[in-house]
Amino acid sequence: MSEAAHGRPSRPRSPMAPPRSFLWTRRIVLTLLTGFVLLPVYVMISSSLKPLEDVSGKFEWIPSALTLRPYADIWETIPLADYFVNSIVVAGAATVFSVVVAIFAAYAVSRYSFRGKRVFTVTVLSTQMFPGILFLLPLFLIYVNIGNATGIALFGSREGLILTYLTFSLPFSIWMLTGYFDSIPRELDEAAKVDGCGPIRALFRVIVPAARPGIVAVAVYAFMTAWGEVLFASVMTNDTTRTLAVGLQGYSTQNDVYWNQVMAASLVVSVPVVVGFLLLQRYLVAGLTAGAVK
Amino acid sequence: MTQTAVTPAREPAVRKATPGGARTARRSGRRRLALPYLLLLPALVLELLVHLVPMLMGVAMSFKELTQFYIRDWASAPWSGLDNFSVSLDFDAAVGQSLLKSFLTTCQFTVLSVGLCWLLGTAAAILLQENFRGRGVLRTLFLVPYALPVYAAVITWAFMFQRDNGLINHVLHDQLGIGDSPAFWLIGDNSFWALLAVSVWKGWPFAFLTVMAGLQNIPRDMYEAASLDGAGVWKQIRHITLPSLRPVNQVLVLVLFLWTFNDFNTPFVLFGEAAPEAADLISLHIYQSSFQTWNFGTGSAMSVLLLLFLLVVTGVYLLLTTRGRKTSDV
Repeated sequence: MSEAAHGRPSRPRSPMAPPRSFLWTRRIVLTLLTGFVLLPVYVMISSSLKPLEDVSGKFEWIPSALTLRPYADIWETIPLADYFVNSIVVAGAATVFSVVVAIFAAYAVSRYSFRGKRVFTVTVLSTQMFPGILFLLPLFLIYVNIGNATGIALFGSREGLILTYLTFSLPFSIWMLTGYFDSIPRELDEAAKVDGCGPIRALFRVIVPAARPGIVAVAVYAFMTAWGEVLFASVMTNDTTRTLAVGLQGYSTQNDVYWNQVMAASLVVSVPVVVGFLLLQRYLVAGLTAGAVK
Repeated sequence: MTQTAVTPAREPAVRKATPGGARTARRSGRRRLALPYLLLLPALVLELLVHLVPMLMGVAMSFKELTQFYIRDWASAPWSGLDNFSVSLDFDAAVGQSLLKSFLTTCQFTVLSVGLCWLLGTAAAILLQENFRGRGVLRTLFLVPYALPVYAAVITWAFMFQRDNGLINHVLHDQLGIGDSPAFWLIGDNSFWALLAVSVWKGWPFAFLTVMAGLQNIPRDMYEAASLDGAGVWKQIRHITLPSLRPVNQVLVLVLFLWTFNDFNTPFVLFGEAAPEAADLISLHIYQSSFQTWNFGTGSAMSVLLLLFLLVVTGVYLLLTTRGRKTSDV
């Protein structure tokens, strides 16, 4: 905010103050959008504080009674803590591996010319348009067969899910990081090589530090992808490896839904990602600007 | 630039002076040749294992009679030629008919959802382009739907759309007095609109984020020059902002289209396993028809048809938009 106060004293457009038609359009549109965005957030928060009778009857804008019971009950009604651990392990590991793999791949694409480069980038990007449903069953069969042949349990295990999710975020991550690396002057890593750095050292000494915003953006994206995925999680997990996505989905489709508890649980599982995202969002915008939008 | 271009050419000449130097040069040359492939190797292995091989398997499965009896050993399922495809595309029979209906629903849904997401995202980004009090807060706020995990957001919407205790009916029926009795939103024809609302709510912040990033690449002096020429804000938006966003929009619309058309999570969490007919998006339809009948051959054939459709649309789209851009530049 302070930046706005003394940043650029006169913005380019200010010689002519915006007309009132523009100011009113801005007020109205932004107010409506704010309402639209906040509506479910308000419902989630207010309903999570209501006793069960109040969420089973007619909706009330202003809760008539407030309670914190739902927040205590969610841990008993379903094994939410177990789901939480599973989700954190799966999403965390998928993020770390995805970022590392993407850094290496983007370095190769950005700094080297080699045979098959175009084929690689086009193929990887085109996987983004595959309908998930097309490879759900084959992937399931591959994991089962690998398990039978080698004894490595990929189906139903966290490892299998980590492997799947880290690949899901890979195409976008490679694409974005390649753009980001391209925007870093080559002279920087050339200079490091003249100083005796090998290509890998140059990557970690020069490029990775310079590309930190892009790397943070990619990590946020990878974590959110893994944290929110439903389809593969619902097929590829069992009772002990179930993630939040599957657990909550089951919670909300029982016959008698405790809506106040479901809302409390939804809020609790959202807080880590939303807070993390909002703290890091400026990196995401910066990363998109340099990487994706060229 | 000139310096870096000269160095590699001179280097071998210097090293050739001593025989040992020549050997290291060759070896490091080979290593340098292998290096990009080594860097790519992990990504390549993962892509093959999780994306490409399963996709090819999926294509192979679409030519097989793959029912539950063969699931344990899919390779032994008998080949069935184009049977799965002809079943899927026989629009007079039940299977083909419902697939066609689901496809058309998905097309309608995608056009509306992508259009609205783009419109809201672009409008918000442009209106937030200039500084004013509260801009930073709004910018953060508008990204909340994007940051929330899909299932948490969609479950909340499902609660809002409940017939007896949801917010939507409370507002529409109790407060505004619309309709004789509270409507059903998650079954019947209304479910299409319920799904659209959730999809737009969830999708527009991505458009907002992308357009916002695109706006930062427009040079400031273009606006300066325009306002010196006497162009007002609306004129500047029409003649500078929107045309400059064309390359961003080309990618953005395509990405939104692919995501929306393939969307599985939103209807799956909103409706549970069985979506009402009016909101039966194609991914969920294929999932249901594969797992209900355990006929994975036909399900794979449907997925392959979906992929072909998306490939054709993407190809035509890129061809049209790229050519259009080139001629407009001239």
